[in-house]
Amino acid sequence: MGTRQLELEVMRYDPEKDEAPHFQTYSVPCNEDWVILDAINYVKDNIDTTLAYRWSCHMMVCGSCGMMVNGEPVLTCKTFVRDLPDKVRIEPLENFPIERDLVVVLDDVMQKLHQVQPYIVRKDDPPEDAEYKQTRGQLMKFKQLTMCINCMCCYAACPQYGLNKDFIGPAALALAHRYNLDNRDQGKSDRLDILADHNGVWECSFVGACSEVCPKHVDPAAAIQQMKVDGAVEFWKQRLGIPGDKS
Amino acid sequence: MEHIKADVVIVGAGGAGLRAAIAVAETDPELKVALISKVYPMRSHTCAAEGGAAGVKGADDSLEMHFNDTVGGGDWLCDQDVVEHFVEQAPRELMQLEHWGCPWSREEDGSVAVRPFGGMKKKRTWYAADKSGFHILHTLFQTSLQFPSIKRYDEYFALDLLQLEGKCRGVVAMEMRSGRFFQFDSPVVIMATGGGGQVFPFTTNGAVKTGDGMAMAYRAGVPLKDMEFVQYHPTGLPGTGILLTEGCRGEGGILVNKDGRRYLQDYGMGPESPIGEPVLKTMELGPRDRLSQAFWHEHKKGNTVETPWGHCVMLDMRHLGENKILERLPLVHELAHAYVGVDMIKDPVPVRPVIHFMMGGIDANGKGEAPMPGLFAIGETACSGLHGANRLGSNSLTDLLVSGKRSAQAAIAYAQVTDLTSGEDDLKAQAEGIVAGVRELLQQSGGDESISGIRREMRTALEEGAGIYRDEEGARMACDKVAELRQRYQDIEINDKSNVFNTDLLSALELRNLLDVAETVTQASLERRESRGAHQRLDHTERDDVNFLKHSLCYRESEGRPRVEWSEVTITRSQPGTRDYSGGKK
Repeated sequence: MGTRQLELEVMRYDPEKDEAPHFQTYSVPCNEDWVILDAINYVKDNIDTTLAYRWSCHMMVCGSCGMMVNGEPVLTCKTFVRDLPDKVRIEPLENFPIERDLVVVLDDVMQKLHQVQPYIVRKDDPPEDAEYKQTRGQLMKFKQLTMCINCMCCYAACPQYGLNKDFIGPAALALAHRYNLDNRDQGKSDRLDILADHNGVWECSFVGACSEVCPKHVDPAAAIQQMKVDGAVEFWKQRLGIPGDKS
Repeated sequence: MEHIKADVVIVGAGGAGLRAAIAVAETDPELKVALISKVYPMRSHTCAAEGGAAGVKGADDSLEMHFNDTVGGGDWLCDQDVVEHFVEQAPRELMQLEHWGCPWSREEDGSVAVRPFGGMKKKRTWYAADKSGFHILHTLFQTSLQFPSIKRYDEYFALDLLQLEGKCRGVVAMEMRSGRFFQFDSPVVIMATGGGGQVFPFTTNGAVKTGDGMAMAYRAGVPLKDMEFVQYHPTGLPGTGILLTEGCRGEGGILVNKDGRRYLQDYGMGPESPIGEPVLKTMELGPRDRLSQAFWHEHKKGNTVETPWGHCVMLDMRHLGENKILERLPLVHELAHAYVGVDMIKDPVPVRPVIHFMMGGIDANGKGEAPMPGLFAIGETACSGLHGANRLGSNSLTDLLVSGKRSAQAAIAYAQVTDLTSGEDDLKAQAEGIVAGVRELLQQSGGDESISGIRREMRTALEEGAGIYRDEEGARMACDKVAELRQRYQDIEINDKSNVFNTDLLSALELRNLLDVAETVTQASLERRESRGAHQRLDHTERDDVNFLKHSLCYRESEGRPRVEWSEVTITRSQPGTRDYSGGKK
């Protein structure tokens, strides 16, 4: 299998000794079938053991290895060397504080995932020893939204989150919508306050960058637009005294 | 050092750890749960499980049949009391996940669908397309967020256990972002840290799976049980080792050699079943150990296909058609296309056996109790005796739930009767000793050994000495090599001196854990002189129930090799018999 020499310009930052982030260049002999994560692992194992980054599954499902590669937020285990030029710039995900090198601080988005109450809310007991029935059609309504791996590439791409860190943001809003659309859930009205807040769905300016960069083809932008419609309908229903559709 | 007091400490926030945490929180919201993990919960390797979770569902199925499949699949090394409880609780736990919102795939009528899986006589594998583990993990994580009594310590690396008078009393961990150390005081520690597949070079296991919990328990004097039983999954993608789920074969995929022959019929798993109509418990739906061993023989005979990534056989799924592949197996379709450039709708995919799962682990019973009071172990990091000598596919995801919940109940009962008032000075001294060890390692300079170098040599030694087939000489050489590497580990160089997210230091700590696990795998492989399940010896080719119907227990020795002892297998109603995968034709 052929190899190709790649020049990796990697952002480095150690808050204990660096005043500001800077770039370090590594020359890496890459196999043609490698992903960029393989090249980073090569650096770690053979050139510079001090480089810090997150990774685990190497199969596009754990969501650890999101980084900026030539300016785009991507999963590095899904970004193939064969699709890249000889010079590759690797930076930590945009819009997040840098913890160390390619590792970003995720506290804010973890809190946001929590905030939207991403779990089934029921006012009654579940059926005994039986499932809630859910047709394939009902499953299809929200299935794509369950594919989010929390890699946070969407937050790195979102211009609104860049401007306003209080914006709940794409992944968390899409997650809320996933539960709202699940026929087993009755928590839609409980989530409404957070979603309809000025930092909720209305803060989205519908650029759609989140959906474009999503490595799992989730479409947070569409979810947010649907929620805006839902939110408006719900608002007027409440004003007019019409009971909500589910709860 | 900061102190944190908790009623229950759980190390590991994958499927098992999260299930245990939720069970504690639901049972008694007053109990403080500290959930420690070196990664954010949704990064845990549960996310990579594809095929599904087993639990009796259909009217034509029974607990008895699930029990028999599991015990036979485990080559009668299973503790049958544990299996009985497991099969009984399995459907309840899977239904619980449904109520929590798991997006299980569905039948036309809206009920949860089940698919066929290897070694199972009935369709009983609940699945969410081919992302079952991913959905289970995210469902559990998201569900856990509603319980305020669960306090998470994400990206805290657990270092070692604390003990007093032979009882477990907590754990010391390092916050990765700051390098600060924390002493967690608790009467109970539940280990849920997963397996240690990273001791091998070619594995489906993610980078995080470094056997940390097993190694911590082992260093604390708790034996590791049945460590010689390491499962090869028969269908990994060559090169990367990425898993192609058994669901591929459950849905009807076939395995062929270079001549297009469905070679499994030549290894006691025939006669051939019709293409596109998979027959349960035979041919491609035989158990993983048998399928991986058949590959080894095909390779010896020169019947494999040469690829740029080494020798393979072909997994042919073309007859399933585009719709079924995209609906049931979208992830593996994408993975095969991305990593080996094959569209499985149009072409067969090259595959080869790949290290996947450890049947062995921390010695525990069905309640998760380890021999050290206060220490519990669940999921892959434990060996409760559920899987025996070979795990059936889709039993492990269910085990995370069943063992997670059951251990939580046992842990709560234990915590309530345990006195924590004494020994504070002693525990503090232990904690300081653990921290001093890490600081010393961090300061270590001038060594001429590299972490990656030792890791590479360890992995090669394990593959050569403790692979699909083993023998006395190979296993002995692997034992020697691991002992040598443990020595050389003393001279590793840590270049990174930072306190902030120091992955150089973490890799060194993980390597220490890997070496601990590796020495038990090789030693137990050497001393089990029989062939059973996933442990096959070229020099002892038969199962030997007279001498080895026993669990191996590896104890750490302060000097030299681990000591191996043997313990009885619990047999309740199934006496050792013949494993029949002929589809009822024999």
